[in-house]
Amino acid sequence: METETIQCLLKPKEYGSDQEVKWCPGCGDYAVLNAVKKTLSELNIPKEKATFISGIGCSSRFPYYMDCYGFHTIHGRAAGVATGTKIANPDLSVWMVSGDGDSLAIGGNHFIHAVRRNVDINLLLFNNEIYGLTKGQYSPTSEKGKVTKSSPHGTVEEPFNPGELALGSNSRFFARVPDTDVKMMVEVFKQAEQHKGFSVVEILQNCVIFNDKIHATLTAKETKADNQLFLKHGEPMLFGAENTKGIRLNGLELEVVTIGENGITEADILVHDAENENKTLQYMLTQMKLLEFPVAMGVIRNVKATTYDEALHNQRKHEMENSKFNSLDDLFLSGNTFKVK
Amino acid sequence: MKTELQKVVIKFAGDSGDGMQLAGTLFTDTTASIGNQIATFPDYPSEIRAPQGTVAGVSGFQVHFGTSGVHSIGDAPDVLIAMNPAALNANLVNLKPECTVIIDSDSFSKKSLEKAGFEGDPLEDGTLAEYKIIEAPITSLTKTSIADLGLDNKSMVRCKNMFALGMIFWLFNEPLEQTIEFFNQKFGKKPLIAQANITVLKTGHNFAETIEAFKTSFIVPPAKKVAGVYRNITGNEATAWGLMAAAKKANRDLFLGTYPITPATDILHELTKHKWSGVKIFQAEDEIAGVCSAIGASFAGDLAITTTSGPGMALKTEAIGLAIMAELPLVIVNVQRGGPSTGLPTKTEQSDLSQALFGRNGDSPAVVISASTPATCFDWAFEACRIAIEHMTPVILLTESYIANGAEPWKVKLLDELEEICPNTCNNVEEWAPYKRNAETLARKWVTPGTPGYEHRIGGLEKEDVTGNVSYMPLNHEKMIQIRDEKVARVANSIPLQRVKGKNANKLLVVGWGGQFGVIFGAVNELQQERNNIAFTHFNYINPLPKNTGEIFEGFERIVVCELNNGQFANYLQAQFPQFKFERYNKMQGLPFKIKELKEQFNEILEAGDA
Repeated sequence: METETIQCLLKPKEYGSDQEVKWCPGCGDYAVLNAVKKTLSELNIPKEKATFISGIGCSSRFPYYMDCYGFHTIHGRAAGVATGTKIANPDLSVWMVSGDGDSLAIGGNHFIHAVRRNVDINLLLFNNEIYGLTKGQYSPTSEKGKVTKSSPHGTVEEPFNPGELALGSNSRFFARVPDTDVKMMVEVFKQAEQHKGFSVVEILQNCVIFNDKIHATLTAKETKADNQLFLKHGEPMLFGAENTKGIRLNGLELEVVTIGENGITEADILVHDAENENKTLQYMLTQMKLLEFPVAMGVIRNVKATTYDEALHNQRKHEMENSKFNSLDDLFLSGNTFKVK
Repeated sequence: MKTELQKVVIKFAGDSGDGMQLAGTLFTDTTASIGNQIATFPDYPSEIRAPQGTVAGVSGFQVHFGTSGVHSIGDAPDVLIAMNPAALNANLVNLKPECTVIIDSDSFSKKSLEKAGFEGDPLEDGTLAEYKIIEAPITSLTKTSIADLGLDNKSMVRCKNMFALGMIFWLFNEPLEQTIEFFNQKFGKKPLIAQANITVLKTGHNFAETIEAFKTSFIVPPAKKVAGVYRNITGNEATAWGLMAAAKKANRDLFLGTYPITPATDILHELTKHKWSGVKIFQAEDEIAGVCSAIGASFAGDLAITTTSGPGMALKTEAIGLAIMAELPLVIVNVQRGGPSTGLPTKTEQSDLSQALFGRNGDSPAVVISASTPATCFDWAFEACRIAIEHMTPVILLTESYIANGAEPWKVKLLDELEEICPNTCNNVEEWAPYKRNAETLARKWVTPGTPGYEHRIGGLEKEDVTGNVSYMPLNHEKMIQIRDEKVARVANSIPLQRVKGKNANKLLVVGWGGQFGVIFGAVNELQQERNNIAFTHFNYINPLPKNTGEIFEGFERIVVCELNNGQFANYLQAQFPQFKFERYNKMQGLPFKIKELKEQFNEILEAGDA
């Protein structure tokens, strides 16, 4: 098999702007920023084509740090702005940058509709399960009972699982990555960009100030092999330090098994099919929770479908080619007109 | 015998399902092509099908046509067609003596009279003594005339609006051909339906000719008009077409991001038909996503529009603030209705003026303009786009239900007759900075994603002057507020001076704005025939006001501002010109002004001084 060497025209750092990055020291956002620059570099996306549109929140400062086109909009509404931008100019590579509050609380309505419509946009959904910019209130992804400044007695509400919400809205691309793994992020971001449609990438991001180590069980060096299942299309769902643990389907339930125990062989392990239209299994994968299961990482669903922008422009093109009018003058003079001499 | 009339008001009224809007529209089309002046207004309930036979379910269509002096839909009908007792009852309050009332006598059963809220029988108890009543068995004659076509009862009854229309065509000596042609085209695939409607139309016509109730028919000679091609157009259609024309003249694609809301939705309906012209339509999940998508499209270089009405406008305010901060072109069309809250969705009002001017957080000036009449919505939509693009600012265009749904003849404007709109682009990267400005207008450059070498970031955080970088510096913030204010103020340099009708008067200046132009003009015009001490000035540019506005007020003893709200424009003028006293004539009934009430008010003011 021949391997193509990637010829990068711009180095990752050349995608950075001259603005001082103002996230807290140790914030997970830095790694995401680097991974995005690396992604654009490896995909050779021209700076002027990449357009970053964000809402409000810590992560939404992202566009200022990229030397691309950027628009830092208002709370929860980046999906609307990004949709308009993509419709106006489908040649752009449009990236929406948002957080768990921005996309799932105030912008929840826009989130489900953007997913449903399948506009060709990549959403980087920074999920740190807390409101950082307002200094530590619970978010719609905070676990039930979470004690925060706005919930001193613990929350009494159930959180959203972004994967469930996305797939429930018929997402065609859903992936999950930890902010600690730049390599995995680059690999997944590239697939998100290459997927035509609304690609949701949930980034399990660490807020070092208000919710430190919230994903630590998952991302710590000692435990990550056992607690993360990095899914790859067409490969068996194996994980663990020795790669001997796997996921098996038992009746209608998933279960963790170990190869070599109780007669389990690799043949018993599920093979990941991200491209399966039927999302039942993918949906179950998004629901796997610590400590019974590892958390599913990588591209969980990646299904081809017509994008909204493509369909809109096809319809428009069809109308332009088949209209009885050649110009507005034709329209203005059509139908019931009368002449005054 | 044919009597000549200068102008006539007809109202078609019936149940929501009786086809009154169609009858009215068809009459209007024929009358317009004869060359009369025309103003029309549909008046329908906000419920799609309110209970049949009740006053709540009455749908009406008023048409005012004439040789001259048609400036509004007319205060009250000269001819009322009432297809049932409810339609009669709903309009009784607004009937003037001598009005001809045509009723469908088949519909006046005891039960339906009760349903319509009549205690007795108005045909017999003297309720209608002042009017000229024509009783016609419309339903039964409709059915008899097409009995042999084999249609079901419902389909037959549905044709009865054409019986009434046929009578009206006879009464005003207008030809049936255009209506016949309409049915042949519309029901080409259902020739039976076409035939039924045409037959009933002719039956109604013959009936009117035969009965002796009509002592005379009338002729309304064509109006004297500027030569050209005309067509009848509603305000919402004209708005849509003006937006499309502006996109062509700016050489940009037109983008509409919107959410359906009464009474603005017809602009969406119209624009979405014209994708062939390059229009991009995005029906969003809500009002906020509608305006946000428009902002995103504007960022990417399209001429971006969002359309709405008061409650939707409220939802869009934060995003409009973003467009003000980002200094992007954006046109927000607010077709006003009665408020606050859900208010009166299908009724007219001018009560979103303060909202347009002030309804945002921070010091956030936007250009506000308004349209006067249905046809001129074309020009004002075009002008909104010109200002937005050339001055890099959001522009709020206020129209109102009354002119949005109303119609009048529009002298067609071809693209060559319209001025070019020049986007403020940048071709020299050396001279470029995101917030560097045109020295005259203070507009920044419009450079869109995809343009190499100009990569930049904008957003809702305060911008540093020139560079556009985020800045929290105290003096910079103050400076930027002043620049944004001055930028909008300088739009006054590119708009015409305010004009006055009746310059030599010095007693009373009547001030109007927006869609009540026709009525106020009509009232002042009539008074000016008798008096020389009344003048009229009508504002379309609200923010900024034309530069000579203050000078105009100087010449008058008294100034009265007429508007369909509780004094919003008067308050605005009072704040800007404290040296003058602005009196108010406000109406808040969900209805347009009437010439009669305005004249009474103006006369009272004029006579107070004479005493």
